[in-house]
Amino acid sequence: MTSKRFVLTFPPDATGEPITYNLIKKFDIMVNIVRADVSPGKIGHLVMEMTAPSGVLKEGIQYIRQHHVECEPIEKKISYRSDLCIHCGACSAVCFAGALIMEHSTGELSFDPEKCVVCELCLKSCPLKLFSIDIG
Amino acid sequence: MSKKKSIEEINEKIRKGNAVVLTAEEISAMGKELSPAEIAGRVDVVTTATFGPMCSSGAFINFGHSSPPMRMEKITLNNVPAYGGIAAVDAFIGATETAMPHDSYGGANVIEELIAGKDVLLQATAKGTDCYPLTEVKTLINKSTINEFIMFNPRNAYQNYNVAVNSTPKIKFTYMGTLLPAYGNANFSTSGELSPLLNDPELRTIGIGTRIFFGGTTGYVAWNGTQYNTGKPLNESGVPVGNSATLALIGDAKQMNPRFIKAAYFEKYGVTMFVGIGIPLPLLDEDLARRVSVRNSQIETNIIDYGSGGFEILGRVDYGTLFSGEMELNGRKIRTAPLSSIKVAREIAELLKNDIREGRFLLTEPVALFPKTSGLNSLNIRL
Repeated sequence: MTSKRFVLTFPPDATGEPITYNLIKKFDIMVNIVRADVSPGKIGHLVMEMTAPSGVLKEGIQYIRQHHVECEPIEKKISYRSDLCIHCGACSAVCFAGALIMEHSTGELSFDPEKCVVCELCLKSCPLKLFSIDIG
Repeated sequence: MSKKKSIEEINEKIRKGNAVVLTAEEISAMGKELSPAEIAGRVDVVTTATFGPMCSSGAFINFGHSSPPMRMEKITLNNVPAYGGIAAVDAFIGATETAMPHDSYGGANVIEELIAGKDVLLQATAKGTDCYPLTEVKTLINKSTINEFIMFNPRNAYQNYNVAVNSTPKIKFTYMGTLLPAYGNANFSTSGELSPLLNDPELRTIGIGTRIFFGGTTGYVAWNGTQYNTGKPLNESGVPVGNSATLALIGDAKQMNPRFIKAAYFEKYGVTMFVGIGIPLPLLDEDLARRVSVRNSQIETNIIDYGSGGFEILGRVDYGTLFSGEMELNGRKIRTAPLSSIKVAREIAELLKNDIREGRFLLTEPVALFPKTSGLNSLNIRL
C-alpha cells in the first residue's frame, strides 16, 4: 500500500464528475480530505491523502487528470528554501500537523510534506519567509 | 581544590598552541562525569555562543563628505529612515526601523545587505548652511565607499528570557513568534547551556572590553546592555530565572559575515535581526568550572502569557524540557519551539574554539566589571 498526499486543482468550469466518489467506489482508493476549497465558477483546490496499491494509485491519478483536474504531489506545491534556513525553529511552533520538527540533537529543522495539512501558518511564522505554497 | 589560573597564563598556553578549549555543551556533558575541580584542572577555555533575534541592534555609518559638502538631516537607506542628528555625514540605522508602509523591510535588511557588499540607495536632505551648502543627495553606497560601518547593539545576549504562551481564543503574532490560541504552543529563545551569560551568571569574566566573536568577526563588549537587571531570583543552580543581564556590543560591520547577521521579519511585529555572538570564558577556578558545567535541565525560566498583554507569570520550566519539544502547563501538554538557532550557535562555538586552539584569538581581562546590583525603572505615564 502507498499513502501519498496530493493537491487537486479544479478548473472554474469543472464538470459535475464526482471525482472523489469514483476514486473510492471505482478504484477502491482510501481518500482522506485534508483541505477543501471548491466553489462553482472559481478555481478549486482539494488537498487529500490517497492510500492504495501503487498501481491503483497511478490509475486513480490518471483518471483525475483525464477530467482536466490537475493532480500534483503535495511536495511540488510547497516550496521550502532549506538552503537559506537558519534552523531557528519558529515555524515548528505552529506546525500542529507535525510536518516541521526541530530536532535538538542535530539542531536542524526537518520538513515532511507528507504530514503537511496546508494550514499555511508556517508562511507567516518563518522570520526569513522561506516557505511558499502554490495553491490558489 | 584545583590551582587558580590567570588569564595571562591561559593566553600563554593559547600562544603556544596547547590550551585545552571545549564548547559549553561539551563541558555540560563532561560535568556528568567529572567534578568542577577536575574540569578546572583539565580545561582552560570554554566557548559559549548564541544566534537569536536581537531587536536592540544597529549600526553607525559615516558616508564620507561630498563636494560641495552637506550636513545631512533627513536620511534614508533603501527608504529606511536612519537617524541623522549626529553630525554632518554620520548616521545610525536601527535594526527595527522600517521602510513604511512596507514594514517587512527594515534597518536589519539594510545592514545585512551592506555586510554582503551590496549597493544601498542613500537619500538625504538638509536645509543647507554656509559651510554645508548642499541640500539634497541621492546616490548609491556600499561598504567599500563608506568610511566607518560600526555595529553597535545596545542590548544583546540576554541572560535568559521568557517562555511565551497565549491564553486567549485568538492567534497572536508577537516578537516571540506566532502563538496559537488557548495555549496551543510555547515559544522560547535561548541557546541554553551554550548561552554566554548562562555560563557565567555573575559575569565574573565578562565586562567592558571583553573580546568576543561578533557577527563573524572580532568584536568587543562595550558596556552593560540596556535593561541590565540583577534583581531576578536565582534558582538552585545559581542561574537567574527570567530575563536579567544583557550586553552592549560593538564591532566592525565591514568585516562581518551575513551568515551570522540575518535580517528577519516577525509577522505583524516587524523587523529584527539575528545576531551571532560567541564569548570565550576562561576557566580561572573551580567556581567557574561549576558554572559552565550547568545543564539545560538546571536552567529555568518563567512562562508568561503574551496573549493577555500583561506580564503574568504562569509557571516555571527548565530548558531540558523546552528543548524536548513538549512541556506541561496546568496538567496539559503543550508543544514547545525555539526561536534561537542552536545549529548556528554550535557553529559559532566551534569556530571560536578552533580560533583559540590555533592561537588566533586571545582572551581579555575586562577593563571594568558591571554593576553588582542594577534594577529596572518602569515608564511612569504622568501627563
